[in-house]
Amino acid sequence: MNTTPSLQISNLAFAYPDGNQALYGVNLTINKGERVALLGPNGAGKTTLVMHMNGIHPTMQGEVRIAGELVDAKNKETLKTIRAKVGIVFQDPDDQLFMPTVGEDVAFGPFNMGLRGDELSAVVDEALSQVGMLEFRDRPPHHLSFGQRRRVAVATVLAMKPEILVMDEPSSNLDPASRRELAEIVRSLDVTIVMVTHDLPYALELCERSVILSGGIIVADAPTREILTNASLLASHRLELPVGFTL
Amino acid sequence: MTHLLPSHIKILAVLAFILVAVSTPITRWQTFIALFALVIAAALLSKIPLLLLFKRALIEIPFVFFAILMPFFGEGERFEIAGIQLYREGLLAGTSIVAKGSLGVLAAVILSTTTTAREILRGLERLKLPTVMVQIASFMLRYVNVISDEMERMKIARESRGFIATGIKHWKVIATSAAALFIRSYERGERVHLAMLSRGFDGNLPSLGNPVVTTRQWFTALSLPGIALSTSLLFLAIGW
Repeated sequence: MNTTPSLQISNLAFAYPDGNQALYGVNLTINKGERVALLGPNGAGKTTLVMHMNGIHPTMQGEVRIAGELVDAKNKETLKTIRAKVGIVFQDPDDQLFMPTVGEDVAFGPFNMGLRGDELSAVVDEALSQVGMLEFRDRPPHHLSFGQRRRVAVATVLAMKPEILVMDEPSSNLDPASRRELAEIVRSLDVTIVMVTHDLPYALELCERSVILSGGIIVADAPTREILTNASLLASHRLELPVGFTL
Repeated sequence: MTHLLPSHIKILAVLAFILVAVSTPITRWQTFIALFALVIAAALLSKIPLLLLFKRALIEIPFVFFAILMPFFGEGERFEIAGIQLYREGLLAGTSIVAKGSLGVLAAVILSTTTTAREILRGLERLKLPTVMVQIASFMLRYVNVISDEMERMKIARESRGFIATGIKHWKVIATSAAALFIRSYERGERVHLAMLSRGFDGNLPSLGNPVVTTRQWFTALSLPGIALSTSLLFLAIGW
C-alpha cells in the first residue's frame, strides 16, 4: 500500500474550449512523502495541470490517479474523496479565505467531508497549530497580514488531511520573514507536496526534486540542484536564478 | 448585558418592539413618550453613549424627508401656527412616520451597536432565514474590504498617472474603472468558488450549532417589547 504513488499522471493532454491547447501529454509520478517543485514559465500550463489533480478540469485524454484512485470529474462520489485527498493552496489567500472567521474557514473543508461537533473543532485546532495560527482562530481574515493569511490558507487545506498538498506560488508577495516561516512550516509537514513556483531558491531550499513544465510537456525531471545548475536548460525555458545567487 | 445576549433573541426583541410601536396610533402621544424613554433606557443599560446612538440614527433622515414635508401640503382641515399653514391630516401622518421610524431606527441601532455583523448573520441563520440570503450577506461582509481596497488601489494608480476627476467629462474614465472593478470582482468570485469546490463544497456552509438560551436571557431580551406592549395597553385602558 505504501508503494502506491501519491500522484500518477500519465499521458495527460488538455485543450481549452477555444482550441488553445495547454497540455500535450504530461507524465509525472510523485511518491508518497516527496516534495517536488513544479517549475515553468508563465503560460506553461502549470495551473491547468493543477486543476486536473482534483478534477476541476475534466481529463480529456490520459489519466490522473491520486493514491491509486482515478480522478473522474463526472463521478460525483469519487470526486468528493479526491478533493479531500488533494489540498490546493491557491495563490491569493483572499480567494481561499471567504468565511467570516479564520476558524470557520478552516472548518469548511472538513465540514464538507462530513465532520461535525467536537471532532470538527479538534481538526481545526490541530491544523491551525500546525501553521502557528491557533490564537487567530476567532479573528476575521481581513485583519491578518498577508503572510498570516497565507498560513491560514495552508491550514484550511491541512485540516482535510490531504494525501498531497499542492501550493501555487507559496512564496509570492511574502516578506523575507514570512517566507522563512512558511518554509519552516512546509518542512515540518509530513505530507506529499507539489510546489508550483518561479522562486528557484525556494524550490532548492524545500524540494529535493524538481520538474520543469514547458510548452505543455515535462521537459526535465531531476534533483533540484542538478536542474538549477544546468544554465542552458533553465535559459531555454525562461527560468532564471536571482542575480547574485550561486549554488 | 445586551452585548452578551444571543443575537437571534435580540433580533426578535427588536422586531417585536417595532411591531408594538407601529401598531400604536400616533394620537396616543403619551405612549410614544414612554416608548422613547424605554429605548433611551435600553441604550443606557447597554452602555451606549447617547451621542453615538443619535449620530448613528441620523441615517434615518433621507427616509423621513418626505414625511417632514407632509404637514405643509395636502387638503382638508387646516390651522395656522406662527403664520405657517399646516394641514391636520398631513401633520398627523408625518409625525406618525417620523416617530415610528425613529423608534425603529433607534432600536436597530442598539442592536447593531451591541452585536457584530457576523453575529447578526448567525442570528438570522438561527431564525431560519433562507440560507442563500445569509450566505450572500456573509460573502458581502467578507469581501467588502477586499473590494474597497482594490478600488482604492485603482484610484491611486489612476491618480499616479495624473488623472483627477473634476467634472462630467471624466465620467467615462470612472465608468471604465467601475467596469474593470466589476469584472475583477466577478473573476474573483469565480476563483473563490473554485477554491471552495477544491475543498469539497456541495452547497452547505458549516454552522457552528445553536447556543443554549437561558430563560433569564429570554426574559432580559423580551423585556423591551414586553414593557412597550404593556405600557401601550395600560395607557389604552386608562384612556390617555
